[in-house]
This record gives sequence, C-alpha cells and structure tokens, in this order.
Amino acid sequence: MYHASNTMAQNSTNIPFWRDTRVLKVLFQILFLLGVFLLAGILYANMLKGLESRGLNLKLDFLRNEAGFDVSDSVVEYASSDTYLKSFYVGVLNTVRVSLVGILCATVLGLFFGIARLSTNWLVRNIAATYIEIFRNVPLLLQIVFWFTVFGSLPAANNSIELFNAVYINNRSIHFPSLQQTAGFSSWVGYLYAAAILAIISVFVLALIFYRKHAERMKEGDDNRYFMHISRAAKWSAVPVFLIVAIIGWFFAPESPFVLVRPEFQRFNVVGGIRFSASFISLLIGLSVYTSAFIAEVVRSGIQAVSKGQREAARAVGLSTGQTLRLIVLPQAVPIIIPPLTSQYLNLAKNSSLAAAAGYDDLFRIGKTIMTQAGKEIPVFAMIMVNYLTMSLTTSAAMNWYNSWVNRIKR
Amino acid sequence: MEEQVDIQQIKPPTYAKGPVGWLRENLFSPWYNAILTCVALLFLYFVFKGLLTWAFTEAEWNVIPANLQLFAIGPYPRDQVYRIWICLYILSVLLGLSAGVWRGIVQRWTIVVGSILLVFLVIPFEIVQREDSHLVSIEFRFNLIWLIFESRRWLLGDVALLIGAFFLGQRITRLRPWILGGWVLSFPIIMFVLHGFGENAVQTSMWGGLLLTLILAVFGIVVSFPLGVFLALCRQSKLPAIKWVSTFYIETVRGVPLITILFMGSVLIPIFIPYFTIDQVLRMMVAITLFSAAYMAENVRGGLQAIPRGQHEAAQAVGLNYVQSMMFIVLPQALRSVIPAIVGQFIALFKDTSLVYIIGLIDLFGVAKSIITNPVWLGRHVEVYIFIALIYFSFCYAMSKASQEIEADLGVGKH
Repeated sequence: MYHASNTMAQNSTNIPFWRDTRVLKVLFQILFLLGVFLLAGILYANMLKGLESRGLNLKLDFLRNEAGFDVSDSVVEYASSDTYLKSFYVGVLNTVRVSLVGILCATVLGLFFGIARLSTNWLVRNIAATYIEIFRNVPLLLQIVFWFTVFGSLPAANNSIELFNAVYINNRSIHFPSLQQTAGFSSWVGYLYAAAILAIISVFVLALIFYRKHAERMKEGDDNRYFMHISRAAKWSAVPVFLIVAIIGWFFAPESPFVLVRPEFQRFNVVGGIRFSASFISLLIGLSVYTSAFIAEVVRSGIQAVSKGQREAARAVGLSTGQTLRLIVLPQAVPIIIPPLTSQYLNLAKNSSLAAAAGYDDLFRIGKTIMTQAGKEIPVFAMIMVNYLTMSLTTSAAMNWYNSWVNRIKR
Repeated sequence: MEEQVDIQQIKPPTYAKGPVGWLRENLFSPWYNAILTCVALLFLYFVFKGLLTWAFTEAEWNVIPANLQLFAIGPYPRDQVYRIWICLYILSVLLGLSAGVWRGIVQRWTIVVGSILLVFLVIPFEIVQREDSHLVSIEFRFNLIWLIFESRRWLLGDVALLIGAFFLGQRITRLRPWILGGWVLSFPIIMFVLHGFGENAVQTSMWGGLLLTLILAVFGIVVSFPLGVFLALCRQSKLPAIKWVSTFYIETVRGVPLITILFMGSVLIPIFIPYFTIDQVLRMMVAITLFSAAYMAENVRGGLQAIPRGQHEAAQAVGLNYVQSMMFIVLPQALRSVIPAIVGQFIALFKDTSLVYIIGLIDLFGVAKSIITNPVWLGRHVEVYIFIALIYFSFCYAMSKASQEIEADLGVGKH
C-alpha cells in the first residue's frame, strides 16, 4: 500500500507538463478561446471591409434622421416626420403591447382548456383535447395569416357588424366601448388614497388587538399563528374597508369618475370607443390561441403531476372538492407549472416577431423597414437582437430567482 | 359474526352497463356535468353547422386538386420529377427493410405509411385537367388496372419496393448495420439525386413545396440532435471556458426569435463571409439547425441533470473514460427520459420551417401564398390554408403519436 502511493507521488512529480492533465486542461481551454476569438475577429474584419466597400459604417447617428414612413398601430403619438429612433421605439412598444395582451388572453384560454382537458365529462374533455391538438400542431405563421384572412373577409366599414349595440366589427378594425375619465376622477382618486390609508390602519388595529389578547402565547414563539391572523385580518377587514370607501367615494365625487363611451356608427365609419386594428387583433388571436394550446398542456401536466394519493388523502380528511383543489392540489401544482409557463410566455413574446404576416408594425417589422430605408443592416439588426435578448434574459433571470425561492421554501 | 352478515347484506355498488350507463357515467353523472354536456353540444352544433355550411356551399375546393403537384414539389421542373421518385424508392426500400428487420414500432408505422400509399394506389378516381379552363374535375375510373399500371406506375413501383423490402428484411436479419449505414447515407444521396449535375442540374431555388419543407425539417432534425447533445455536454463541462462559451451560445440563441436568426442567415452572412456565395437553401438549413440545437441542448440538459451522480461515479469506478461513460451509461438514460421534450422540439422545428417563406423560399407555405396571389384562384385563401394546415397537422400529429409509442415501448417512467 505504502509502496503504491509512493510511486504515485513520484509519478506526479515526474510527469512532463505536456502529459499533465491539469496543464492540458488549461492549455486546451486557452486554445479553444483563441479559436473562438480568431473566428469572431475574422468575421468582424470581413464585416468592416464589406461595409467600407459599400461606403457604410457602424455609427448610430442615422437614428436622428427623419423616418418618413407611417406606422399603422401606435400607442404613442407618431408621425412620419419623426426620427428613426422614435419609430423604433414605437415598434418596441407595439411588441410589448401585443405580448402583454397576448399573454393575458393565452393564460385565460390555456387555463380554461387545461382544466377542461381534465374534466370528468367525456365531451368536454375531448373538445378540449381536440382544440389543443389542432392549434399546437399547425404552424403559428399559418394561423396568423389565416385569422388575418378571415378578418379581411368581414364586411367593410360602412357595413360594420354590430354586437349588443356596443361592439362594432368590420374588415379593418374592431371597436369596443371605452372608459373615459371625467372631471370627477381626481376627487375620486382622493377617496382611493383615503380608502388605502383606512385599510392599512384597520389591519394595524386588528393586529394590535390580537397581539394584546394573545400576548402570552406569543412569548412561546408561535410566530406562524400571528402572521396567519394578520393575513386573515387583512383579508376580512382591509379589503372590505377599501371597497366600501371606494364605492362611497364614487357616489360622493362631484361627477361619476368614468363615463362609458360607446363607439358610434357615423356615415361611413365607426367613431369613438377604443379601436383595435385588424392586424393587431388577428396577430393577437393567432398568438394567444397557439400559445394557449401549449399552456393548456402545461397546466394539465402540472395538475396531473400532483400524485393521486394527495387528492385521496384530502378527501379522506374530509375536504371538499374545492378545498382539495385550493389547499392541496394547486399549492403543489403551481411551482411545477410556473417554469414551463414562463417559457411559454417568452415564446409568445418572441413569436410576436411574426407580426409582419398580419401587417402589424412590431419591433422586427419596423426594424426591417429602417434597415432597408437607411441601409444600416448591422446596427439595426444589433438593436433588434439586443431588445429581444433583454426581454428574454430579464424574464428568465426573474424566473431563476423565483425557482430558487420556491425550492428554498420546499426544503 | 354479525358484522360479517352485515357486510354481506350491503349491496355491491351499482355499475351501470351498456350505452345508457356509459352516457350516465361520462356525461351526466353529477348534475353540473349534465349542464356542461348541454353547453358543449350547443357549442359543437354551432361550430359544425358553420364549418359544414361553409365547406359544402361556399368553399370551392377545386383549387386543391388543380395545384396538387405544386403543393408537393413547388416549382421543381416537371420533366425531372423522376428524381423525386428515385428518392422515394430509396426511402421506401430502407423503410421496408427496417420494418422487416426491427419489427415493433418501425413495423407498425411502416404499415401505416404502406396503407396510405396503397389507398392512393387503388383509389378509383383521377384528377383530370379540363381543356377549356384552369379547373379540374375528379372522374371515376372503372378500369382500375389501367389506372394503376399506366398513370400510377411510379407509385406502383414504390409500393412494390416497400413490400418487397419488408419481406426481404424479415428473411435476412443480419442486414442491420447495412440498413443503418443506408439511412445515414440516404440523406446526402437524396440531396445529390435531387440536385443532379451538369446540364440537368436542378438549382435549389427550384426546390419547393412539401419537398422543401421536408428537406429542411429532416436536415434540421437529424443534425440538430447530435449538435444539441454536444452543446448540452459542453454546458455541463467542468472546463469553464467551454462551459461559458456554450452557455452564452445557448442563451443568446434562445433569447431571440427564429426569424431574426433566419434573417441573419439571409442578409448578414453574405456580409460576414464574402468569399463565396452560399446557397440560400443551405443557409436556411444551417440557420434552422443552429437555432434548434440550442433548444435541444436545454432539453438534453434537463435529462442529464436528472441522472444521479452515482451513475457517473459508478461508470468511473469500472474504469470507463469520459466518452465511454457518457455513451454507454449517462446519455442512454438521460435521452430516454426526455424523449417527449425532444420530439416536441422536432415538431416545433417542423412547424418553424414555414418561416423560410419570409426569407423568400417557396416551401409548402410559400406555395400556398403563391397560389393565393394567382388571380385565377382569387379569394380561395381559406381553402388553401386549411389544406396545408391539414398537411402540417398530419405530420406533427404523427410525430407526437410516434413519440408516445416509443415512450411506452421503452417503458419510460416504469423503471
């Protein structure tokens, strides 16, 4: 034994450095990095040469030039005389808008079909399964174009379809009633502040009363109970207090804080209310229906991942179906569901780059327009990439943080 | 004793039988399910009523049979179609042999493919181009023999080869390594046959339709899988340089939409690599593959992380080196557990090939778009979209079914 270890020690001193794995590892990595940098350098040099031969550069000052093109849907004021930078900003906002609304719709639809997929009702279960299979097995691009076509086949603006005297649909847009602030809005906001303060005070008062009452038991270190009671107090006093004061404020404000503005049909067009373009709506439908099919599967597998024994045990101790779901199944299913759900949200945001198929001016489409107009492929392309990367990386960083937080609680 | 009597006196739970019992149990058992059933029936009624009314009264399906060849191969020269048949023959022989040799899932799926081909072979209808217009009519043919041996010679040959190869494979089981080699070689051979050389060469810009979609998808799937495994292993590596470079690659690619990668391949590659022009189809193949590999790597990593340390240590203890322990111990287990995710990625890749239309290739989706813009077929958007949606759906659905079968066959989750 002694002899063996002795020879090993001798060997390790005698190994020439080109056969020493420690040295080799470092050497290999250095060579690898050198290769990577060399490749990047060659590509970069090519790019510079190519740009020079075409009289271009990487400077970003062109962003201050006039854009000269119109944007169909814009959340902010935008005219074709604005700068490239402004138009790019409009594109970013449009991407964010369609992604956020899409995420909301997709979640609602996905939850609905995911739960319906697990229904005890044979018909409901199979309708949900059919929905999921159809919409996740057909390319998104095709779906978006399909919805856009369907939208385009609706009647023209002067023949708009009217629903419930409130919603107007035609081949170019859809109009919903909107809420408009009135002069009474600011005083109502005052009431809201008051409501919030009262609600917080009520929680403190209840907490104090509870603390007085159970001061002895607190000393034994039963903190958990204390927090449970505070959260219960918040639920049963703060929320009602806030709502009551807010409602009272609504009636006591000099004017109703909001008025409902209905779209109206005037001669050839629909005016008033809130307008969504056909491009936006068909992109939104495409994105949310496609993603909802995946979300439904995520929800279904998440709920099924909670073992059957948990449910049976809950039934055995006498919990109702609702209680089983709320107290036993969901708390275990949600941590399983959240990570794949976030990646679906990210997919939706990235897939919104197919907006061009429906003629919606998102980040990618506007970027492409700028590229061709200004002839600045590389800088604009870099801007597009950086935008998407920021979106994805921040979300996945938040995701990782959430994941570690959940797992910390578990153990 | 009394208790025993009591138990015997309790009636067994009533299990309703027959169709009425099934209905009661599955559709009407608690009261709210009855309401749900009614709502669902109402929903189905309206959906089907709308769909069927449209499909049988408003829709004009003539656009589909009239453009069937275009959907299949796009602008591929019509006088060179025999090359596509040659490729199909190669694949059929390989498929038949594999089915005969391996049986199991391969055999089941070969039977599915074979029956579909057989149905196309013996269906007694023929699409006939009308002389006076662009429209076609579908005519019934009594003389099936003539139909099969005359206008469907190529298909007949294909089915015959498939069946022949199947029985050959059953007889000679030692063909296995040869068949595997054949599959590996089939892709370059097919590419060569499709492209050809000399005067009759068919440039890739003439490839299109389902043919192009399948080429892009198959190449992407076949190459992105090993690449993804490689990237996943790099990301798990203990060498920081390799780990960080691959992590950077994976996260960057996963952080941007596919369309930006395709765009990069289409517009920026000529700027970065100016020495020679790379074929557009090839660039898209590479772009799709590189994109998919990053996702594949993450799927595989999920499987690798699920393998307990003990497996690595045991492999080391019996003296396997890194490559051996990965090949024989870790990867087989890791990959098996992530089959659903991997197939899901394949399906995503297949659907994603439709994006090459935006770059200007004429894949299945591109063909659909070009047919729609043809004034002859004005206003036939929805019919065309539904038809290609059906094609995409069948391929994706088949893949997901196959994945479920493979999973069941390997007994994932049972061990």
